[in-house]
Amino acid sequence: MEQPAYQNPLRTGAIRPAELLPWLAAGSGFFLFPDYLQLGAQILIMVLFAMSLDMILGYAGIVSLGHAALFGTGAYTAGILSAHVGWSEPLSGLVIAGLVAGVVGFVCGAVILYTRGLTLLMLTLAVTILLQELANEQEHWTGGDDGLQGVVMEPLFGVFEFDLYGQTAYLYALAVLFVMFLAARAIVNSSFGQSLRGIRENERRMHAIGCPVYRQMLRAYTIAAVMAGVAGALLAQTTEFVALDVLSFERSGDVMIMLILGGTGRLYGAFIGAPLYMILQDQLAKLSPEYWLFGIGALLVATILYAPEGMLGLTERLRAWATREDS
Amino acid sequence: MINSLVSIAFDGLAFAMVLFIISVGLSVTMGLMGFVNLAHGMFAMLGGYIAVSFIREFGVPFLLGAPLGCVAVALISVVLERTLYRRLYGGDELQQVLLTIGLVFMGIAVCTFLWGPLNVQLDVPSYLKGQVDLGFRRFPTYRTFIILVSFAVIIGLWYGFERTLLGAKVRAAVDNQRMAETVGINIRRLFTLTFALGSALAALGGALGTEILGLTPTYALEYLVYFLIVVAVGGLGSLRGAFAASLILGVVDTAGKYYLPAFGAFFIFAVTIILLLWRPQGFYAR
Amino acid sequence: MSDALLEVRDLSKSFGALVVADAVSLSLRPGARHALIGPNGAGKTTLVNLITGTVEPSAGVILLDGHDITHWPQARRVKRGLARTFQINTLFRGLSVLENVCMAVSERRSLSARLWRRADARGDVIAEAMALLESVKLDEDAQRQVRELPYGRQRLVELAIALGLHPKVLLLDEPAAGVPSTESHVLLEAVEALSESIAVLMIEHDMDIVFRFAQRITVLVSGAILTEGTPAEVGADPRVREVYLGENAELRGGSR
Ligand SMILES: Nc1ncnc2c1ncn2[C@@H]1O[C@H](COP(=O)(O)OP(=O)(O)O)[C@@H](O)[C@H]1O
Ligand SMILES: [Mg+2]
Repeated sequence: MEQPAYQNPLRTGAIRPAELLPWLAAGSGFFLFPDYLQLGAQILIMVLFAMSLDMILGYAGIVSLGHAALFGTGAYTAGILSAHVGWSEPLSGLVIAGLVAGVVGFVCGAVILYTRGLTLLMLTLAVTILLQELANEQEHWTGGDDGLQGVVMEPLFGVFEFDLYGQTAYLYALAVLFVMFLAARAIVNSSFGQSLRGIRENERRMHAIGCPVYRQMLRAYTIAAVMAGVAGALLAQTTEFVALDVLSFERSGDVMIMLILGGTGRLYGAFIGAPLYMILQDQLAKLSPEYWLFGIGALLVATILYAPEGMLGLTERLRAWATREDS
Repeated sequence: MINSLVSIAFDGLAFAMVLFIISVGLSVTMGLMGFVNLAHGMFAMLGGYIAVSFIREFGVPFLLGAPLGCVAVALISVVLERTLYRRLYGGDELQQVLLTIGLVFMGIAVCTFLWGPLNVQLDVPSYLKGQVDLGFRRFPTYRTFIILVSFAVIIGLWYGFERTLLGAKVRAAVDNQRMAETVGINIRRLFTLTFALGSALAALGGALGTEILGLTPTYALEYLVYFLIVVAVGGLGSLRGAFAASLILGVVDTAGKYYLPAFGAFFIFAVTIILLLWRPQGFYAR
Repeated sequence: MSDALLEVRDLSKSFGALVVADAVSLSLRPGARHALIGPNGAGKTTLVNLITGTVEPSAGVILLDGHDITHWPQARRVKRGLARTFQINTLFRGLSVLENVCMAVSERRSLSARLWRRADARGDVIAEAMALLESVKLDEDAQRQVRELPYGRQRLVELAIALGLHPKVLLLDEPAAGVPSTESHVLLEAVEALSESIAVLMIEHDMDIVFRFAQRITVLVSGAILTEGTPAEVGADPRVREVYLGENAELRGGSR
């Protein structure tokens, strides 16, 4: 007699071979594209950022247009620590930035998670723009429109300098992403993660089975905030600069689009969507910004209409279809 | 001092009226179908561009340009509604958000291609230039014109909403969709109709408001937030709510930019947050 | 009356001008098998919503096991042993049948705050959920997504979730609605197999089911209780017949 498995095979907590692919790709990228490591590091950072959005959007079903608020908080915390406080040790800076973003996320979440739908959308949006206006106004601390200059990073572990080619940056971002991914993976596969999926699938039923829905959502929001803050801090540290657009509404939109393109509620969607988006952007925007905008718009519309579960959902469907043909 | 207060009130009112005309359609359609249409700002923008083109390229008189823009935008919106929007009714709001954002991106690209990235001016005829004397003070003629036209539209809207069968149906459907369906109202058809009307109004506001809001391809995103605030703060599907929210937003934004320009849009977002926390469903909740 | 598990006193609620609960009083003792009947729109579902806390009453008191729960949040009531099913399936459609039931079981066991340990490693939760599925003959479908199941079988998931909460008081809102009559016995047997210590309130239109299940029946009309009594008493009441004859004609015409 076979022991009945708990979940369908796609969502089980056991490690599948395919899960190694993105890490192999990221690892070999280091050797294959030595001239693109700066871009590569930024892609890895956006993967982390998109993954944190997946925690709340893909798992808990919270549609936020303000995730950049947390990314930006992390970026400015790390940047200001170095530029103004003189705290330039990267790892501790990363931790502090994550914690600050977590606190901000907790406070914001505590307020906005009482609402739903359009109101929640507008509140998340308003908070981001408010923070951006604030950052713009506090020029002394943030450099305002010109961005925060003077961020300097000490060598990682006191040994590895942040070099011009981005080698250290790339490996640093990859390592942090990996650690964060392991944590996120454990969390979404835990009972807590299951409960979040329940909230996304049917909030009314979760109330009816006695789930403290608000508290669960707030927990998820805070965890995602820490991850977003770490992503922002990584960007500040690896580029040694913080631009005002870390807090922009556009960044919130970008990261959501990346996640949707890859597929929500899978963690790995971020690993597909972010590179796809950023490489397309890099290539198309060279031709002309309009091409890029039109292309991404069309891709988005097509995704929603024909592959609402993103690239990953599409491959899953194709695979299911192929195996059915076989048998 | 008094002078600047009057100016702010006047400019704020003109801005508020444009906001209202553009946003009211969004409010009603969102109230009706719960469809989060982020492309609404694009309809306003298209209204502006099309009106400008008619006036410039085809020599259409100014007062005819805007209505032509409305008709064109209404047609475009119905085509989009029938082919794309329809497929996501009753679906989740995230998909609606993303589909319409995708449309906005494409719209921005097309407008940049057709009209260029720079600000396009609406050529105001000479009789609307300069200032008018309203007895106690002189005001810019064009903005006075905007306010007067808006008042006319509001009266028309109020009449249509409160006194016609169509308006009664819309009110009933916004209020309680299931009930409306059981008394034989065809929600889909009603929605298409109001959607077209709402888009036409957006186009009108877009055309009239270029003098205040400017007209660049990024308009569709830049002002979208304002329109959404009006809808959220006013309450979905509420004309009165949209009107009150437009007034508050228009005046606060104008005053904020006048007195504390360094803070940019800080105040309206602060006010938005406060109002939404005070009334999460908006002023006039269903 | 202090030995009642659930007691509702003078509960009232109106939506605008529409009175949907008009000073409703009801009491369930341990072991109660109570049916709530009444025409469509009488306010039966609203009464369940009031008791479970999805709708705030305008007046009245609700006692659960002696505690005044009138203003408690929903989740707290559930933790105290109040469970319900929905008239219209309210399930996790994208999850498997087993996951649906595990959700309830792990919530009851207060595991949902656990961040790290893998949910699929909790054999006890899974075993318990599987046992529940067997009791409603759904074990074969455990791995299927709920949305793939026929509506009638989804109704059984609805029941299994509620049972997974180990309720003291179970409120069933038309559990057999949409279940083919050939299968409704599974549902009834599962309800009949429940422990004598728990109280069950069932809203039901099918009079065969009502008479098979109920020890007592309450008739609700326009938000107010028309009468309450044993099946024999209620069945003989001319007022009930009057209400139901009109209703039956409508039911046949309007049922889906
Ligand atoms: N949230 C609500 N807002 C307004 N009216 C409601 C609401 N919920 C229920 N009603 C109305 O209350 C009445 C009773 O409904 P319900 O409790 O579902 O009746 P039943 O379950 O007995 O068929 C109906 O007329 C229904 O339209
Ligand atoms: Mg009912």
